[in-house]
Formats: sequence, structure tokens, C-alpha cells
Amino acid sequence: MRQSLAADLPATAAEHAGLGALSVLVAVIRRDLLLAMRRKSEVLTSLFFFVIVVSLFPLGIGPEMALLRIIAPGVLWVAALLAAMLSLQRLFAADYADGTLEQMVLSPAPLGLLVMGKVAAHWLVTGLPLVLIAPLLGLQYDLAPQALGILMLSLLLGTPLLSLVGAIGAALTLGVRGGGVLLSLLTLPLYIPALIFGAGAVEAEISGLGAAGHLSLLAALLALSVFFAPWATTASLRIALE
Amino acid sequence: MLTATDLACVRGDRRLFANLGFALESGGRLHVTGENGSGKTSLLRMLCGLSPPEAGDIRWHGESIARQGDEYRKAVLYLGHHNALKEELTALENLRTAAALSGVAVEDAEGIEVLGRVGLAGREELPVRFLSQGQKRRVALSRLLWSSAPLWVLDEPFVALDSAAVTWLAGIVGSHLSAGGMAVLTSHQEVAIASGKAQTLRLTQ
Amino acid sequence: MSNRIINWFRFGSPQAFYPLAGKMVPWFFALAVAFGVAGLWLGFFVAPTDATQGEGYRIIFVHVPASWMSMFLYVVMAFWAGLGLALNTRLSSMMASAIAPTGALFAFLSLWTGALWGKPMWGTWWVWDARLTSELILLFLYLGFIALQAAIDEPRRADKAGAILALVGVINVPIIYFSVKWWNTLHQGASISMTKAPSMAITMLWGMLVMALSFWMYSIAVALVRARAIILERERHTDWVKHAVE
Repeated sequence: MRQSLAADLPATAAEHAGLGALSVLVAVIRRDLLLAMRRKSEVLTSLFFFVIVVSLFPLGIGPEMALLRIIAPGVLWVAALLAAMLSLQRLFAADYADGTLEQMVLSPAPLGLLVMGKVAAHWLVTGLPLVLIAPLLGLQYDLAPQALGILMLSLLLGTPLLSLVGAIGAALTLGVRGGGVLLSLLTLPLYIPALIFGAGAVEAEISGLGAAGHLSLLAALLALSVFFAPWATTASLRIALE
Repeated sequence: MLTATDLACVRGDRRLFANLGFALESGGRLHVTGENGSGKTSLLRMLCGLSPPEAGDIRWHGESIARQGDEYRKAVLYLGHHNALKEELTALENLRTAAALSGVAVEDAEGIEVLGRVGLAGREELPVRFLSQGQKRRVALSRLLWSSAPLWVLDEPFVALDSAAVTWLAGIVGSHLSAGGMAVLTSHQEVAIASGKAQTLRLTQ
Repeated sequence: MSNRIINWFRFGSPQAFYPLAGKMVPWFFALAVAFGVAGLWLGFFVAPTDATQGEGYRIIFVHVPASWMSMFLYVVMAFWAGLGLALNTRLSSMMASAIAPTGALFAFLSLWTGALWGKPMWGTWWVWDARLTSELILLFLYLGFIALQAAIDEPRRADKAGAILALVGVINVPIIYFSVKWWNTLHQGASISMTKAPSMAITMLWGMLVMALSFWMYSIAVALVRARAIILERERHTDWVKHAVE
């Protein structure tokens, strides 16, 4: 079934509407969400990992509710952190392998914008599900409703932060030997402030001190990373593609 | 007008080439030839601005491409060894996304028309992983039809194409050159491109 | 330090730097030994016995200067790496790579001497106080830098990637330190702090400063030696290296 190839360029090849920054951003997010939906395993892997890790701790420590209530904020946050880190490997790797990342770096659209789009989509696919399922897991540790609320809020502020900062590590280790473990080594120290303030917020709520201080610090870190992380990520991507 | 002066390239320990220069004008094409490993792909990637040269200067309309950044990238279209396609997306989705990521709006109707012209009519809605190698290559080449970039940098564009497609692509490049565009390309095979002032750059070890 | 900066501008190429570094190394080692002897004498013989901690506290004359050096060297390393990235100079990046293992060594030394101090004082080999925990994280940052550079084959890519990591790290170090301090003060557990050394006698401070100087001279000497090795390896296909190793 041979299809004939039209041998001339249309006269209107040069006349196309340009896309504004917002449209480009939306296009990137749509693309990555579409890809994630067609490769469902990715979404579910992080979620299952989160659930499994959280369920492992009582098996290792013992079913005593009083103890579990104390360790709950830390355990839930560490599990979320590990799940986020696991999913970072896939942020740029597929695009790097099939050449689409190269085209993004060559695109006249600002690379920082494209990176923000990819990170946003990554959070929607791997971070947001954690936020939504966390209260359910918190019940396994007998957390009070207010604490569950603060847990969700801390993860809502924290998981985008993890995606943004993690993107730097993911870009630095593209195509590098031992990438997965190296990525963890690079990213975990940078995750520690988020862990401290995130888990700390829930603990503060439980102990009656109020989570406002922790949450505002977390929000401040998020704001800082929204401004600076994309710069570091684009620089790292350009280096990876040299 | 693309000019290169004194370009040098080092990969790991090896100096691939040095003191390389050329000038490419509107309507001109540059054939880069050389054996495997002589640095053809490295040179093309340098011209796109992907890798910085070890030494030397690349200028577009007199200004250094490193300084122009996004402005220069608007003027360049690069097709490398990879097809730059997402296997899970359909040909049409790939085309529209590629355009959107370059800041260009291509509607469904036009996308279907373009895919028809590369010989994929009726296959626009198939996920790319169901297409043959030659068909995938043609989806990648469809970029040439919607882009308005004046400088085409094509690395082995004729690979995986049958003879009819090779003739077609040669025609497309010819039309582009006639319309005032310019092209830098590498290819192992001899391809007759009708128009354009041709230069050859041979990279030797 | 300023002496070295002036030299860089004149000796910015690996080829010119190599012999200069070779001449400087013995001097810095000598200074390191001199300051080290002075510092240890101050620390072990001149400084008075502490009222509450007895003689065992004297390990702070190694522990505290090692901590200072590990933090100082990270900033210096980030500076050279950043310079290499911004100005595209190979030698600056090589310097950063040369400093990293020494910085990691001091971080490890700080942790180890911290443990040696802690055991007789408070009965445990490890205490999660702000200083030690931050030091541990700093060690991870160093190891990450070294591992990243080791994993990337292409030297210029390794230089640039390491530079980004070091710069991101240097911005994060104050944030991490602050968050760890916050974490530490809010939890009742670690009320004992190693940084709360009781009222410092002047001689104690002098002892630590002199030891810090000794470590600094040592770091410079070792970094120069390592930088020379890196130069030889990276420039091995040039003529001058082939002559130098004959």
C-alpha cells in the first residue's frame, strides 16, 4: 500500500501561530500526563512503594499503638521521600533515550519553562497521589483527624519541593553509570530540610504546639526552589547533552 | 549566513578535528563527509549549539550563536540519529507536541495533511510503536514540512528510507534551498539534490 | 590565600601551574607540621584541665578544627568549581576535584573524634546533636560530589556537573544547618551539645586556632599534590607531560 509523497513544500509553511509561554507549558504537561496514562505502571509503582514501606514499619517495630503514634509523622514522611526519589529516575531518562530531550534543549521555547512543565507533570503523577493516600495510611497509625489534615498539607507543600529539587539530581545523573544509587546519594542530603519541617509540622500539631511555623518554613523552601531549582536543572540538562 | 572559524573538537582523549572553517549562505548546502568516527555528528551538534567547541567560533548573521541563545534556536532545525518520537503517542500527537514544544501551533487538520504528504495517510492515529522503521523516520521528517527554520542541520537523513522516499527528501531539501534556506548534512550515500550552491567539507582523521 | 589568587592569573594553564605547585608543596607541608606541633603543645600541655570534663575534652583540639576545615573546604571547593564553570577554565575545576577528598577526610575526622569524645563523656558513641548531624550530612555532600565525578567518563562534563552540584550544595548547607538546629532544639532528647564547651579559656581558643591553621596548610599541600596528579592524568597526551614523566 504505497502512499505517494508530495514533492513540494506548501507556500504557507512559514505562517504559523506562535504559542505563548503558558500554552507551551500546558502542552508539556499534557504530553507527560498523556504518556503517564498510557504507561500506567509508573503511576502505580510509586504509590505501591509508599504503601508497602509504611506497612513494613509496624511489622519491624511491633503493633503497639502508642509507639506507632509517635513514629507516624517520621515514618510517613520518610516513605514519601523514598517514593519520590524512586520516581525521579524516570523524569528525564525516557526523553533522553529517544532523542526528545535533545529536541527540547534545541527548542526556541525557554528550557526552564519546559523543565517546569515536566516537573509539574511529574508531581501530578507521583506526588499528588501520595498526598491523597497519606490520610488513609495515617489511620493505620492512629493519627487524629487534625494531624491527618496537617499531614496532607505538609505533603502538599513538600512533594512539589521534592520534585523540584530532585529534578536537579535527575538531570545531573542522566546517562551516568550507577545512576539510580548515585541519584539517591546526591538527592537525600538536599531533602533533609523538607523532611525535618514536614514531619515536624505533624509532630507539632500532635503535641499541641501548632504547625504554623513548620509549614511556613516549608512554604518558604518551596518558593525558593521554584525560583532556583529550574535554573540548576536546565544548566545540568545542557551539560548532560553536550 | 552561517560562518564557522577555527573549530576544534576533542572527544575524551582524541582530537577529532581542528582549524575547521566554512561559510554558508542563503540557498547553500554543506555536505560533511568523512569516515565513521571522524567527528561529523560532533560537528553538527556544535553547529546546533548543543556542544561548545573546544576552540573556534560559530556565527549566525555575524553574531556568536552562544550569545544568541533562543534567538538562534528559532532559526535551526536539527534531525539527528534519533527520531525524537514518543512510542506511546500517535504520529499526529507526536507531530503536534513537537511543534508545541518549539512554540509553534499546528492544528489537527494541518497535522493530518502533513502526515499524508509524507506517506502516512490513514496511519496518523496509530501509536508510533506500531509503525515500521521507515515510517517512523518519515514521521520524524515531517518536521521539515511545518517548521519555518531557515537552517537545516540533518545528520544522515536518508538512512532507513527507500529509494522513492530518498528522492522525495532530496526534493524537499531542494525546495527549501530554492526558497532561500540553507542546509548542512551528512550522508554516506551520494544523493543528487537539484538546487543550491553545494560545498563539501571532508573530515579526515 | 590572596597569594594564591595572584598566582592563578599568571599561572592559569596546567602546564605553568604544575612546576609551581611542585615547588610550593614542601613549604606547605613544613608549615603544617610547624603549626601542628605548636597547636598540639598548646592543646595538650598549656590549656588547663577542664573543670567538668577533665582531660578527655582535649580531643576538641582536633574535633573542632576538623569541623571548621570541612566546612571551609566545601566553600573553597564550590568557589573553584564555580569559577571553572563560569570562566570555562580547566585548572579551576581540577583544583575543586583535588580539594574534595581532603574535605571529606576532615568531615570524617570530625565525626570520628566526635564519637571518641562522646563515649567517655556521655556513654554513647553517637549523639544526634546539631553539629554532628550537620557534619554527617556534609560528609554525604562531599561523597556525592566525588561519586558523581567518578561516574562520569568525559572529564569536562564531570567538571561541569560537579560544579553545579557543589554550587547547589553550598547554597543548601546553611539551609540544612538551620533545619538541623531547629530539629535538634525542638526535641527533648539531645540536650547535651558538643558545641557547648564550657567557658573557653583563651589558651583553648588559641590551641584550636593554631590546629586549624595546621590543618589548613596541610589541606593546601595535599590539594596541590592531588592537583598535580590530576593534571598529569588529564593532560597525558600533551608533549610537556610526556617530557615531564620521562
